[in-house]
Amino acid sequence: MFSILRTIWLTFLHIFHKTETIEYPEVKPYLPPRYRGRIVLTRDADHNERCVACNLCAAACPVDCISLQATEDETGRRYPEFFRINFSRCIFCGFCEEACPTYAIQLIPDFEMAEYDRQNMVYEKEHLLIDGEGKYHGYNFHKEAGVDMGVKGKGEGKNEETPVDVKDLMP
Amino acid sequence: MKFVFIILGVLLIPLSIAAGLIWVERRLLSVWQDRLGPNRVGPFGLFQVIADTIKLFFKEDWVPPFSDRPVFVMAPGILMITILLTFSVIPFGPGFLVFDSNIGILFFLGNSSLGVYSIVLGGWASNNKYSLIGAMRASAQMLTYEVFMGLSLMGVVMMADSFSFNSIVLAQKHGWFIFPQFVGFIVFFIAGLAETHRLPFDIPEAEGELGAGYHSEYSGMKFGMFFVGEYLGITLISAIMATLFFGGWLGPAFLPPVFWFLFKTMVLICVFILLRASLPRPRYDQLMEFGWKILLPLALLNLLITGAVLIFFK
Repeated sequence: MFSILRTIWLTFLHIFHKTETIEYPEVKPYLPPRYRGRIVLTRDADHNERCVACNLCAAACPVDCISLQATEDETGRRYPEFFRINFSRCIFCGFCEEACPTYAIQLIPDFEMAEYDRQNMVYEKEHLLIDGEGKYHGYNFHKEAGVDMGVKGKGEGKNEETPVDVKDLMP
Repeated sequence: MKFVFIILGVLLIPLSIAAGLIWVERRLLSVWQDRLGPNRVGPFGLFQVIADTIKLFFKEDWVPPFSDRPVFVMAPGILMITILLTFSVIPFGPGFLVFDSNIGILFFLGNSSLGVYSIVLGGWASNNKYSLIGAMRASAQMLTYEVFMGLSLMGVVMMADSFSFNSIVLAQKHGWFIFPQFVGFIVFFIAGLAETHRLPFDIPEAEGELGAGYHSEYSGMKFGMFFVGEYLGITLISAIMATLFFGGWLGPAFLPPVFWFLFKTMVLICVFILLRASLPRPRYDQLMEFGWKILLPLALLNLLITGAVLIFFK
């Protein structure tokens, strides 16, 4: 009996509380930097595509919304021939970002992607590629390790040691 | 000519209050839930009601092929008719009432009993198990609460020595009946909640269990009539509480009596909405137990004590 009256009174006191509602189109909500919204493909500091078309994002995607085709340029550097994300399927889980070995694919705090035509929800590579580096500045996958792509010499990467001379007996 | 104006006023004021309540309730609930509520259509979202009405009119008015068609169509009308008829005996101001019945309270109780038919027939004609369960619950709930709804008012009737609403208002010139009849007021309030099947007691609808209960097959303006009928019911119960316990149109003379009547009614409506915002729905057997084991003895006790005191001081 008393608890019922107390409930009514406490509910009444909510008149004096601040409302939680954000009036969206006029007032934009604050989105934290790591908010998972629209997916972008980033470039490295030399303005080359970071994506090496390894297909890991497409494999990690739980709803299979990413599709891409790998190809190589004349130096042997891999890049996607096309890169397509169907945002009408995407669930913004961020698994693709976690799977990406080159920090190429990233989720940014932008969610205003509504379209009148469902076909416009399919983003091609030219829609996904941005000019900047996204969240990871100065990172270039080809400078860390791996085969020579004309970016670094053999064994000169940040994460690799100079190659061992196999014909030498010295330790 | 004056009579036509009174009838129009008595018909249109409750109807417009009931329509406006759709907006008032959504805004008040949002205030109590730390939200904003509808505020886009017109100033403060006031035209939300109009938008909703237009939407209801344009919806397909579908009568299910498995339903009992004439009864199905008739049921929402009964609700509106019984409630609107009751407004004719309530004085909105001195002389501002359609007819001063000397059995006003009995007329109100009879009409609110007839209102059960709307829900029972609606649920029955829908030919749907959830609707039928809702209708059965509604009939049991309303029969239960009808009993001491009447009994709780008898204290007021004894004190005013009349069944006419107008005489009861005039009898409160020297003090509202809520003070001597506080227990009666509480019992009537709870019975009124159950009678309009408002939210703590919305067991006939119980969207969690029955999927809207008795009106789950209704669409378009037929659903709209049930919807507005519910708000009309709140308006009616609030108006009757204002008349019987809060002195009706009596009030300081600097504002017209009609204002005081409507003001008291609106405050009571807000209390109804506050209860909706704060209380959870009881289980069905809890509701019946509460009615028969607590409220009925309380109403009888109130009746006994009021009678004893009145005889003692006579």
